[in-house]
Amino acid sequence: MTEVPAGPLKRTPLYTLHKELGARLVPFAGYEMPVQYPTGILVEHAQTRNACGLFDVSHMGQVRLTAKAGHNAAKALETLVPGDIAGLQPGQQRYTQFTNESGGILDDLMVTSTGDHLQLVVNAACKDADLAHIQAGLSSACEIEPMFSRGLLALQGPQAVTVLSRFAPQVASMKFMTGAFVMIEGARCYVTRSGYTGCDGYEISTPADAADPIARKLLGHPEVKPIGLGARDSLRLEAGLCLYGHDIDTTTTPVEAVLLWSIGKERRVQGGFPGAAVVQKQIADGSPRKRVGLLPEGKAIAREGAEIAIAGKIVGTVTSGGFAPTLGRAIAMGYVERAQSANGTKVELVVRGKPVPAEIVPMPFVKHTYYRG
Amino acid sequence: MAEVKYSEEHEWIRVEGDTGTIGITQYAQEQLGDVVFVDVPASGRKVAKGEAIAVVESVKAASDIYAPVSGEVVESNAALADTPGDVNSEPMGKGWFFRIKMSDKGELASLMDEAAYEAFVKSLG
Repeated sequence: MTEVPAGPLKRTPLYTLHKELGARLVPFAGYEMPVQYPTGILVEHAQTRNACGLFDVSHMGQVRLTAKAGHNAAKALETLVPGDIAGLQPGQQRYTQFTNESGGILDDLMVTSTGDHLQLVVNAACKDADLAHIQAGLSSACEIEPMFSRGLLALQGPQAVTVLSRFAPQVASMKFMTGAFVMIEGARCYVTRSGYTGCDGYEISTPADAADPIARKLLGHPEVKPIGLGARDSLRLEAGLCLYGHDIDTTTTPVEAVLLWSIGKERRVQGGFPGAAVVQKQIADGSPRKRVGLLPEGKAIAREGAEIAIAGKIVGTVTSGGFAPTLGRAIAMGYVERAQSANGTKVELVVRGKPVPAEIVPMPFVKHTYYRG
Repeated sequence: MAEVKYSEEHEWIRVEGDTGTIGITQYAQEQLGDVVFVDVPASGRKVAKGEAIAVVESVKAASDIYAPVSGEVVESNAALADTPGDVNSEPMGKGWFFRIKMSDKGELASLMDEAAYEAFVKSLG
């Protein structure tokens, strides 16, 4: 899993609630986090796909950028990411990446414009490094406010809209990848219609002291059950979404990771982000390798690190693999040489020394059910 | 009454004559979480004590199962292919993995009885 920094484990505002709910807590990105609750990952996974799950993702890093006088925060942020940030309308959210000079990915993140400022959500394991990176790059143009003590709750699944609308009716009409300030239980929250499950749902940024009471209120509704990091991983894998440090890292570019959709059309031409030359060359000539979906035959599970071979020759590596509860079978994603990356290509995944036949398939493995209005 | 012994790797073996039925303990299944696949050994396979002989896959991870005694596999639990969750619901019953014809029953002496195993699990905290 993610590397754990030295020192005592941190706790989110929901730590006491996790204990009360009987969570199995594990170290994750320097935090004590719930990997599962007593019902187990399979039940939690199905709960999210079929009804509604509540995830504590308060360990993730929230950062607010506000332009200094005479500066533009979006333009400034574009010097660090390839996404079209300047084009974000107030209330719009985008997915992008911090890139390095080789076009590798330092982290992936969500950026939302509130109109007055930009709200960033970055990965927990990267947040200290990300903050330093932002401060080094943007201090002259932006006020940079880490909001690492805030709560972040993800309410995901087909019933999420029904449940959250009882607290704040206006969330029902929000579209996928938009955000708004919403009062929930008397606390001013920032809600986005987004998530990491492939389902419809919301992420709710709360003041630190409001996270626990809001979580308890949400769990008081019969559609909602608490969901741990175990099911969060199986849900995102079914949705074909990348996990930083596994499917993307400093050695993979957004082009190799098949995240070109997240790079603004103008930005592909104009560049102006770290590693732009590398990324532009890969856009023009093709990247040496590509991230693909993999469907193994049979029951064996090819996990991270398993080699991908064609007729005995290694052509790539699995970066995430596991059991897909919705499909009742194993799935995986990994990188293969571009020449071998076409959908339908037959490969073997080497599981404990034995080749398991598999096919390269399009992702997601389970259809996204985002609300686009 | 069949004798049941336990290994430090959290396998149990139920001894009937020269044959031992092997599976994982309640503690092990709790630690693993939902089991989704068990790769059981084929009949006829000869194994040495301590050899990795089966693999149990949970949603989270793959874990090796080690032969608690030496011998020859005489049967494996084919039903687990369709109902791997039996390992969670009945780890010492329907969730058994395989049976082994022991080549050296003396090896059983190195395994723990139930009381010793319970104390061992407690010591793990």
